[in-house]
Parts: sequence; structure tokens; C-alpha cells
Amino acid sequence: MEAVAAIPPFERFYVEHGDVVLGFLRKRLGRQAAEDAFQETFLRALRAYDRLEHGEHLRAWVLTIAARLVIDTGRRARPVAHELPELPVEDGRPAYAQIEHLAGDLPPTERAALVLRYAYDLSYADIADALGSSPEAARQAASSGVRRLRNERTHDRLA
Amino acid sequence: MTVSPDLDRRFRDAAASEGLLDVGFDVVDSPIGALLVAATDRGLARIFFDPEPEHHLERLARSFGPRVLRSAPSVDSVRRQLDEYFEGRRDAFELDVDLRGAAPFARQVLDELARVPYGQTTTYGTLAGRVGAPRAARAVGTVMNRNPIPIVLPCHRVVGANGSLTGYGGGLDVKEKLLRLEGALL
Repeated sequence: MEAVAAIPPFERFYVEHGDVVLGFLRKRLGRQAAEDAFQETFLRALRAYDRLEHGEHLRAWVLTIAARLVIDTGRRARPVAHELPELPVEDGRPAYAQIEHLAGDLPPTERAALVLRYAYDLSYADIADALGSSPEAARQAASSGVRRLRNERTHDRLA
Repeated sequence: MTVSPDLDRRFRDAAASEGLLDVGFDVVDSPIGALLVAATDRGLARIFFDPEPEHHLERLARSFGPRVLRSAPSVDSVRRQLDEYFEGRRDAFELDVDLRGAAPFARQVLDELARVPYGQTTTYGTLAGRVGAPRAARAVGTVMNRNPIPIVLPCHRVVGANGSLTGYGGGLDVKEKLLRLEGALL
């Protein structure tokens, strides 16, 4: 059985990812709005924190919360991939849950890249920032996620 | 960290004031050195003589839940009362305490301990007698040794039968200082 990362104390999670989240929000919203969104991002993370099941991919998780907030703040996302279903929007629900719902068993990086690209309309440069990879790697992760999803659906129909 | 101290503080304050924390903590300065103080929604839960948060985060999370965050407002009332105590202006703490996790015997002993008045000392054996276990002086010593809330639960007021100070989690010099502050030692 694979070892599952333990959920770190919130203090450690916050200190570790605070800078990245603020940098991401500044790019999307500008300096002033980013500060309000920063506080709200971590308050939302805090509200959902005791419902996390493990401590894997917490950076991708908190960045999807931040990306949701960017949309809430007024920058409407334009879904690009019409073949993918609209994501359900429910307040107070961890953003990561939306990924799970949509993409089931995709590897975490593909899942995060796919959701950040198609649900939140982030550029590959922003996704690369978020996931700590290059824009090219982010593009590949998203497209291989989409490919995998299509394959799985085809299998479902045939089964 | 590019998060400014002001933004950082605002988030921490908001987290505490919205009641989102399992346990909030902060470092409190005192004449016996910096203390790490932790509180839950039930009350004061821990005082550590070692003020380094890194040494305590995991243990706090295991005891109270993962939403552990440093935030000054969480321990405001404790900080105020400790200040008053160290300035000699307070001889009793008015604080709720959170003793969850303590075994029934330990809880009984700590309840009795809380009744030992300011400026007086008692012995391990006497305390054992008060919880109905007169021969359990050693077990009482163990409870003192693991007291999660020293100073406020005054284990410094418990001494050996021959009047020696015996031991103290914060060091014997701290025990002596506290007893001098209270006028229990000349």
C-alpha cells in the first residue's frame, strides 16, 4: 500500500503556500484586490481543512480555491472545452472535490492542470506557476488528462 | 515570505475571530522567559516553557485537530492574566481550561491542584490524600510532571515532604522564582 501524506498542521500549510497563493492572486487581480482574496482563500481552506482525507497535493488544492475566488471576484471564466461538462458550483465545498467529481482517477497533476485550464480558464503560464512546472509541461498534463478522460468515457459507453 | 506582516496578522486574526481554529497559540513574554500558550474554544489547553512553535505543532494537531494556527487573539485573556500575575496584581486565574485527553486520575489531581491557594505550598502526599489515594504520592508526582498547563495549574506549589523543591518542568530555578513571587519562599 502506498504511504499517504499526513495532513500537516494548518500553520505549516499556510506558511508553506502563502507566498505562492499571494503571487498567483496578484497576477490575476492586482495588488489591492489580491490581499482581500488572499485572506478569503485561506479562510475557505481553513473551513474545509478538517474534511481533507490526506495531505497530498495541497498546493494544487489551495490554488484551485484561489482560482475559484478570482472568478467570484468578477473575472468570469469562459469555458473552452465544450465537450466537458460544466462544473457544479457549491459554496463551502472544497474546490478539490470538484476535480474528483469531474476527473475521477486521473493522476493528480493532470487533474489539477485540467481543472485549472478548463474550469478556471487559467493560462498555461499561470498553471505552471501554480503547479511548479513549465508552461509546456502544464499544457501536456492538461491535454493528456483530457485524452485520458475521453478514453475512459469511450470505455464506459462500450462496457 | 512576500506576505506582509500586516496581511499575515489580518488573516490570523480573522481565522480566530471566526472561530475556525481547533487550537490557536501565541508566544507570551514573561519574566521567566517566553512561553508558548495554546487555547481551544473550551479554554486554555497548554503552556509550554519551550516557546518554539515548530516543536509543538504536530502534538497540538494530534490532541485537538489539524486547524492549528498562531493567532494573538486566541490567547488574549491568558496573556493579560499572566501579565497581571507576574506583576503581582493577580493571585487567582479566572480561565476555563481544556483538559481533554487527561486520564481520570490526572484530571482529579489537577482539579485538586487548582485549589492550592496562591502563596502556599503543599506536598505530593497531601495532594494524593485529597483525591482519596494517600499512598499515591509518586503517581501525583507523575501528574505534576506532565501538567499541561503549568503556572495556571500551580504545580510549582507542590513540594517534597521534607520541604525540598524536588523538580519542575521549567527548571528548579523557575519553580523557586514563582514561589518567591508569591511570597511562599523568603
